[in-house]
Formats: sequence, structure tokens, C-alpha cells
Amino acid sequence: MNASDLLQPTEHGLYCEEGDFHVDPWRPVPRAVVTHAHADHACWGCGRYLTSAEGERVLRVRMGREAVIDAVAYGEAVDVGGVRVSLHPAGHILGSSQVRLEHRGRVWVVSGDYKVEPDATCSPFEPVRCHAFVTESTFGLPIYRWPSQQAVFDEINAWWRSNREAGKASLLLAYALGKSQRLLSGLDPSIGPIYTHGAVEKLNRAYRETGIDLPPTSYAGAAEKGKSWAGSMIVAPPSAQGTPWARKFGPVSYALASGWMTIRGTRRRKAVDRGFVLSDHVDWPGLLGAIEATGAERVLVTHGYSAVVVKWLREKGLDADVILTRYEGERDDKGAEEGEADEETPPAEGEELS
Amino acid sequence: MKAFAELYTALDETTKTGEKVEALTRYFAQARPADAAWAVYFLIGRKPKQVVPSKKLRAWAAEAAGVPDWLFDESYDAVGDVAETVALLLPTPDRSSDLPLSHWVEDRLLPLRDADEAAQHAAMIDAWRSMDRTQRFVWNKLISGGFRVGVSQQLVTRALARVSGVEAAIVAHRLMGDWEPTPAFYDRLRMTDARDADHSRPYPFCLAHALEGPPESLGAIEDWQAEWKWDGIRAQLIRRRGDTFLWTRGEELVTDRYPELATLGAFLPEGTVLDGEILPWLDGSPLPFAQLQRRIGRKTLGKTILAEVPVVLIAYDLIESGGKDIRAEPFESRRSGLARLVESVNLPDRLILSPTVEATSWEGLTEAREGSRDRQAEGLMLKRRGSPYHVGRKRGDWWKWKVNPFTVDAVLTAAQRGSGKRASLYTDYTFSVWDDAGKLVPIAKAYSGLTDKEIARVDAFVRRHMVEKFGPVRTVKPELVFELAFEGIQRSTRHKSGIAVRFPRILRWRDDKKPEEADTLEGIRAMLPGE
Ligand SMILES: [Zn+2]
Ligand SMILES: [Zn+2]
Repeated sequence: MNASDLLQPTEHGLYCEEGDFHVDPWRPVPRAVVTHAHADHACWGCGRYLTSAEGERVLRVRMGREAVIDAVAYGEAVDVGGVRVSLHPAGHILGSSQVRLEHRGRVWVVSGDYKVEPDATCSPFEPVRCHAFVTESTFGLPIYRWPSQQAVFDEINAWWRSNREAGKASLLLAYALGKSQRLLSGLDPSIGPIYTHGAVEKLNRAYRETGIDLPPTSYAGAAEKGKSWAGSMIVAPPSAQGTPWARKFGPVSYALASGWMTIRGTRRRKAVDRGFVLSDHVDWPGLLGAIEATGAERVLVTHGYSAVVVKWLREKGLDADVILTRYEGERDDKGAEEGEADEETPPAEGEELS
Repeated sequence: MKAFAELYTALDETTKTGEKVEALTRYFAQARPADAAWAVYFLIGRKPKQVVPSKKLRAWAAEAAGVPDWLFDESYDAVGDVAETVALLLPTPDRSSDLPLSHWVEDRLLPLRDADEAAQHAAMIDAWRSMDRTQRFVWNKLISGGFRVGVSQQLVTRALARVSGVEAAIVAHRLMGDWEPTPAFYDRLRMTDARDADHSRPYPFCLAHALEGPPESLGAIEDWQAEWKWDGIRAQLIRRRGDTFLWTRGEELVTDRYPELATLGAFLPEGTVLDGEILPWLDGSPLPFAQLQRRIGRKTLGKTILAEVPVVLIAYDLIESGGKDIRAEPFESRRSGLARLVESVNLPDRLILSPTVEATSWEGLTEAREGSRDRQAEGLMLKRRGSPYHVGRKRGDWWKWKVNPFTVDAVLTAAQRGSGKRASLYTDYTFSVWDDAGKLVPIAKAYSGLTDKEIARVDAFVRRHMVEKFGPVRTVKPELVFELAFEGIQRSTRHKSGIAVRFPRILRWRDDKKPEEADTLEGIRAMLPGE
């Protein structure tokens, strides 16, 4: 990193000295600009948070009643300590933003987590021109190319239907914030009733209050005893798999929706009946396209296959570097509870990520 | 091809046998005979020989995807399989097709065998362009000769029986021996008229499961008969209509390879099928399996080798007698019929009744089992009295209780100095096997099992063939092959190979093997329980 960079990695997170604030800090700081409410991007206990208006409710659910949250509409600039800060849709989950920083003619954009295919549960990704682009690279390998979302939803509904025919419940495992709601938006409620785990239902409420249209869902915990779950769809976080909570549903087919399901070995290791390839992160072609669209001459890569992406970009003549964030250590960080973790946690076994 | 690829996925995604049979039944119910015949062929593990090596698939796919070598390697590291990496890396297909499996195999795959490299390359690119990922994956596996699917012949048989209404045992029988995957074959497979028997055809072999728990778990010893588990070639010797056929468990017709046994046929009564083990045997005792391998490797059998490594058939079972299938009769009655037959043939240097191992308690039998290696046996076979001769690997009645349940041939790839009195010698070894990409991947570290003389030879080899140093570890030129034995095997995320072995030790130095002949990771994965 150069001393003149608008953002510096520090032990608290990416720091903007000119404006005296952090972007997605991982330790409490006085002033945080937050790309989205996932736990590895929004940390508890900061003095003040700046987030998108679209993401305010979701962030509130995560940060608690007491948190001081400033919300700003997408595209609207605010001055933070002399730095012009604006937020732009990242298409990752509801309210997810890219952070644009402008100071004395220099423009930096931090992507946060993003994906380029639009979905019904958040504003679609918008490319933002900049000099330096800080990008994630969770799926930064050319083997990751997402099938169209509609094709995946069709597969999921077909799976649900065939489970119904077999007299089974369908238990769809996905992260509580973002992925779950996106899946719900793609389910066909004419197939059967949809139930949710408490962690999912809590966030459904925040989504609905923000104006996102989700099919009717009921909290699975509120169902009466002895109920038959055959034909139902239950959406729950992955941590629910194999728990006593999940056993009450009787005969059940498990599925997991994640970008990691691309790889056969990972699907098999996860011991689910079906693996659906659906990610809220950008795939390889999406990543390269997004980088190009920024027009950035400098690319800082974090969060995943950063070394691979940096090498590729350098071969293409770009000034690229790995930027160290705490995400690099994510694989060893067993502290984060799976159900609460927001990120697509990499496969529990196997691949090295950096 | 689409339906077959979907079947593959369905079989791959479940571990429940019920669901596998379900998926197979669905497939066979809709498949055209021409496709179904090939599907059966592949599903029961017959595969076309490699048409294009995976190294070339890799190069062509990387080029088509615009991916440099290093990035292919990174991708391969994440995926762990060349055929799959190729399937995932290639650009999204620009058209979709649903040509039948038989077309892909007969009109596209088989002709590639005699095509030159440029034609192969063009054909592969063209095929990839019209296939989705799963189809590509299955296709790549077929092309590179590595097609495997997690389904047993028994399940395929069950599904075929369900679809056709023919008894599973008859379907299994029809799947034995030599056949071509043609529509006519598939029709014959489903024929309800059971008088179709080709007189050369063997019965499906009754196979044993490995005993995992203590033998006491099997109940009273009185219910069991123990025999030695021989390290030879399991075979059926058939005498019907004046002809003799010798089939191995791998369903190879080997009558010509063993003239001693081919001529033995003439001494058997008409309508006889024996199950037994081909063993190299000289002067009343078995020779090591390596001796038999010498014989297997030869194109022509000269007088010398026939004299040096003669074989016998150790008879285990009588499954057809007087032209009648007697597999359902209780074990003791088949065994006494067998004993009478062996006695009346009376050719003790050709046909031997498998000796029983007598003991009155499990402790006694455990003790007797310790003597297995001395007799060139691998352990004991336990057969439940009163049991029928089952089709395939049915749990419960036949158990193999090996002294060394698992053995592999692995290549020495690294060594380290020992401790204590051997501190000056390289005695701690790392052994590797071939992974799916054709690279050596460490599978076990072993310290014991070699004689002092052998250790000295290995030590000298290590000193002369060091490649790199990592702390105390020296990597060496992969040249020496050893047979390793271990007690258990399981999946592991901590090992690069994905496999952890328990109590590995060196069984013997395989001077006769080249490193290329060492085992593959794929083969070892197949030993995993439940695979
Ligand atoms: Zn993230
Ligand atoms: Zn996120």
C-alpha cells in the first residue's frame, strides 16, 4: 500500500485517514461505513454507522436497538470529515452497498460483497467508475460460473414437488440473512406451505418492512404438536442440519444452496440430498466484468481467491494487489457461528482459499 | 445422454440404496434398449478403454477456456478431478443437445479411438460445445477411461428386475460372462422366458464382506465354518455339454490360460459348476501370489513356467450339480456334495477341497488365524452353516476375516532418518500413490516391516536419489514400490490425499513393480467403507 492511499488496512479494518472513519471494520471504531449487515462486514459496538437507507432495517436487526445508524439513499453523497462518501447498490443482499470515496480528485470504491445478476430481494449491482477498486474474490476461480437464477429456482421447485409426491418435507438450508430471502422469493407457493427457522423469520420481517415482496411464511416453531410436515418447505440456516429441531419434521430431504455446491466433492461431503448452485457473490465472469466496468487502474483484491485474481489481473496488465483484511483468516475462524454467519462459509474441508 | 447424465447425478447425490434403485428404475423404464444396454454396461463397471488421456483433455479444455496452465492448476486444486475441472472450466455451451447415449458412445466415442490427434481434438471441442456440465463430466470420464459410479451391480440388477419383472437372480446370471451392449442383449436381459442359458455362462459370485467387529458378534461358533482365505484368483470351473469353461471373478474367460484346469474339466460330471480359487501350487503347498503374477503376465505359456508355477483349483463350493442350480441348498449339503465330487475325481495335484479350520471357540479360531501368513493365506473365510450361495455381496452369511484387511502398492517418495539405534539410517518413509491428475500424493508414513538388509538397501537408494530437502525430510526419486498393509482406512480432511490409513506398515518390497504400477488414489477410495 502507498502512504497516499485513501484506505489503509489497519488492525481494526480499512481506515480512511482523511475522513477519520473505517469501512467495514472488524473491531469497534468510532465511525463505521458499512457495506452490508453480514457479521464479517458489520461489527457490533461502533460509535456510529453509516449505511444505505435500503439496508437500515436489516442492520438494525443485527446491531440492536441502541446502535446509532445514519442512513443515506443510494447515490446520495454525504461529507464525512472532508471526504465525499456515497453508497451504490452491490446486489448482494438487501441494502448491500459499494462505498465510493472521493477526496481531492481521487476516487476509491470498496465493493463489499457483490453479485451482478439482479434478484428480487435487493437493488441490482451498479458499476461505479473509480481509480482504485477494492473487490472481493470469494469465488475467484474460472470454475465458478453461475447458472441462471431462474434455472436454479426451477430445480428447487421441482425438487420440492418430487419430495411432496414422496410424502417428504423439504428442508432447504441457506444463510439466514440474504440467501434465505432470495430463495423464498423464488419458491412457488402453490406447491405447499412454507415454514422458516426463527433466525430466518426475524429477517423476513425486516425485508417485508423494507418493501420486499416475499411469499407467505410461518415460523416453524409456532406449529402445533403432531403436525404432519409432508409436502412442506422449511427454510433454515445450515447449522440446523441434524439437530433435534430438524428431526421433528419426519421424513425429510435436505438441500443446501450455495456457490460451493458447484464442486461434486463438496456436495458429497456436505451430506445433503441435493446441492443447488446459488450464490450471492459474484462468479468469475461477473468478477472480471465488474472490474473492467469500473475503469479502475488499480485493483485491490480481498476475501477469497485473492492471490489467483491478482495474478490474473497482473497478467492482463493491471496494477493489482492483495489487500489483507480479516477475511483472509476466515477459514480458521471457528468463532463465527454458522447459523449467524452471513458469508458463504467456504467448504468446511478441502480447498485453501488464499 | 441427458437422461444418463441425470441418472449419474441422482446416483451420485444419494447414499441411500432405496433411492439409487428408484433412480435406476426410472431411467430403465424410459430408456431405449440401445441406450439402456450401454447404461448397464457402464453402470456395472465395464468401461471402454481410455480414448484420450486426461492430460490432453486438460490441455484442450484450458485452451478452449482461455485459461493459462497455472490457473488450470489452481482450479484443479479446488476441484480435485481433471474430468470435473474441465467440465466446469469450459465456457457455457452455445447449443444444447439431447442425443442418445448410444449415439455418443457408438458414433462419437468409439470412432475416436482410431482417429488422429487433430480429429480427436476437434471432436472433443464439438462435443463439449453441446453439453451441459454434468454431461461433459460423464463424457470426460468415459473418454478418459475413468468412469465410475457409486452403485453396485446388485442394485443395477435389482432395478432391471423391477423394470422387467424377471427375477433378480436370473438378471444377474444374464449379466455374467461375455456380452456386447446391444439392443438385442438388453432385450434378452429382460426376457421372462428363463430357458435362454448360454451354456458357458457362470453364476454371479457369492462375495463376502470384511468382518469389522470381533468374531463374537457373529454368535455361536457352532453356526460357522471357517476356511482359509487364499490369495489367488477366484474362479468358476464349468463343465456343460462336454465343454469346459473357466471364468474369473472379473468375468474373464481364462480357460486357455490354465491348461491344468481346462483338462480337469473332462473329469467332472456333466452339468457341474465349481466355485474355487486358482492357486499356484507346488509340492503340496501354495506359492506366493507373485509367482502366479509371473504366469499372468505371459503371452505364451512355455513348458518351463508351467513346470515352475503349476496351478490347482481349491474348491470352495458346488453350485451346479447334474445340470441343476443348487445355490439355494444349505451350505453343508453343497459342501458334502463337493467333498464327494473331489474325492471321486481324485486328482490331488489339480483339484483340492478347501480345507476347513477347526476350532471350538472364537479364541481358538483367532489363534488359528494368526497362522494364515505362514500358509500363504490372507486370513479366514467364515461361512454360515445352512446359508445359500448368494448373488453378489450380501451381508451376513459370508465374512472374510483377513489378517491384513487392506494392502496397497505405493511408491517411496520421501525418507527421514530414524531414531535410536537407527538414527544414522533413513528408516522412516513416506509412501505415495497416483492421484486423479497423475501426480503422486502421500498416502502413508511407515517405519516397520523391512529386514535390516532391505533397510540398508533403501538407505543407500535414498542417499543417491535425493531430490529436495525439507528440514529433516528428503524427497527421493519415485522409483521403489512397496506393498503396504494397514488396518483401517477413512476419509480425512487433514490429509492431502483425503484419506487416512490406520497402522500402516510395509508388507514387502515389490522389486517386480515399476512406480507406474503403484495403486491409484481412486482405487484406494474404493476401499472406503460404504463406497
Ligand atoms: Zn463478506
Ligand atoms: Zn456478505
